[in-house]
Amino acid sequence: MSEATVADTRRLNSKPQDLTDAYGPPSNFLEIDVYDPQTIGVGRNRFTTYEVRMKTNLPIFKLKESCVRRRYSDFEWLKNELERDSKIVVPPLPGKALKRQLPFRGDEGIFEESFIEERRSGLEQFINRIAGHPLAQNERCLHMFLQDESIDRNYIPGKV
Amino acid sequence: MSFFGFGQTAEIDIVLSDAETRKKAEHKTEDGKKDKYFLFYDGETVSGKVNVTLKTPGKRLEHNGIKIEFVGQIELYYDRGNHHEFVSLVKDLARPGELSQSQTFDFEFTHVEKPYESYTGQNVKLRYFLRATISRRLNDISKEMDIVVQTLCTYPEVNSSIKMEVGIEDCLHIEFEYNKSKYHLRDVIVGKIYFLLVRIKIKHMEIDIIKRETTGTGPSVYHENDTIAKYEIMDGAPVRGESIPIRLFLAGYELTPTMRDINKKFSVRYYLNLVLIDEEERRYFKQQEITLWRKGDIVRSMSQQATIATQRYEGSNSASAQAKEESN
Repeated sequence: MSEATVADTRRLNSKPQDLTDAYGPPSNFLEIDVYDPQTIGVGRNRFTTYEVRMKTNLPIFKLKESCVRRRYSDFEWLKNELERDSKIVVPPLPGKALKRQLPFRGDEGIFEESFIEERRSGLEQFINRIAGHPLAQNERCLHMFLQDESIDRNYIPGKV
Repeated sequence: MSFFGFGQTAEIDIVLSDAETRKKAEHKTEDGKKDKYFLFYDGETVSGKVNVTLKTPGKRLEHNGIKIEFVGQIELYYDRGNHHEFVSLVKDLARPGELSQSQTFDFEFTHVEKPYESYTGQNVKLRYFLRATISRRLNDISKEMDIVVQTLCTYPEVNSSIKMEVGIEDCLHIEFEYNKSKYHLRDVIVGKIYFLLVRIKIKHMEIDIIKRETTGTGPSVYHENDTIAKYEIMDGAPVRGESIPIRLFLAGYELTPTMRDINKKFSVRYYLNLVLIDEEERRYFKQQEITLWRKGDIVRSMSQQATIATQRYEGSNSASAQAKEESN
């Protein structure tokens, strides 16, 4: 009985890579920034909005570049829509900070600069994690959040 | 009379006739320790001596018979009371009577069938052992000696490669290839992953070996998965057209041969799990079963086994005469 004493460990043959694929832009380009917090309104009717700017080359997104303004409750809306309609585990949002909304605080509460920065960073992490998820990319609510001027809360939920 | 330690008792010792020459193999016990046991193959004769040593010199040992058994059994941990014996041979060494002095008995189990490999797992154990018993009215004296059995195979005639295209629509398409579907325990898995479409941000890729032990039948089937190995094959983000090689040496891992539906009681199967992890720690994976088999170390042991197998079929006379000669 003849057997090879050393196993053949040579690589399997593969096609040489196309140079435009090797050196061209990658097909997975997706960048979302959450920045420029602006507090709008006066007194007890104040709220903070953030700019959500997106750049991508993924074909599933209609616009390759978009820029919209969103507030914290819009992010909450998106999280609820995804939790209800998709099977994915939605990452957590930065806190609601209810304590900061109570009166008689020594500081600016939810309009305190350091708090806004903390929240901005958390929202940026949240949206980047969600937007890259292949299943979330199928949901209409995500596209509306990222690329429509304003969110229509009476929209018909569904897949893209 | 034997009660309260006033009676006679004895010690039993089992010694194999080829204890000097027979190889030993390492085998993990239920609590994880590694021990060495005598190694046997299917069809080999199990022979030796049973030494009965009387503890108190001068006193007689009354007994209801002395015998030795060769047993192959499957034990399910959740059902310890029931042992499923698939091999059970008995040789009577002495009829009921009494021993006035220490004595040695010869035994031989000729060309014993050992159809399955010894296995100690998470929920099931398959073992072979010799058990010598002195039957007595109140309590028996017995001694067990475990042996290890390995099943050997030759190179399979058909051993096609595994090649498949998988992915998530519009997101990730890959083609994976492994050079064989059946690997021996010291083999090398040679393969490649070819990227056809990459629209997610991949951070790294690894290949895992998963062992799945299945016990029970019908509605009470239980799978126990164990990741035996994790081997990173790529670090960084690939693009379309890139080919990542795989070279995974199996000899370094604790593997057993694939065992399918052993005596209808359990299975042990192995899977290669290809895992891609993206920048947000999301995991994308594809599992593929492979067959593992045990290759004989020396060519001689394979032909020895073949000789014994043909002897078993050809007839008993010439074979048992030859075996008696060998044991003397």
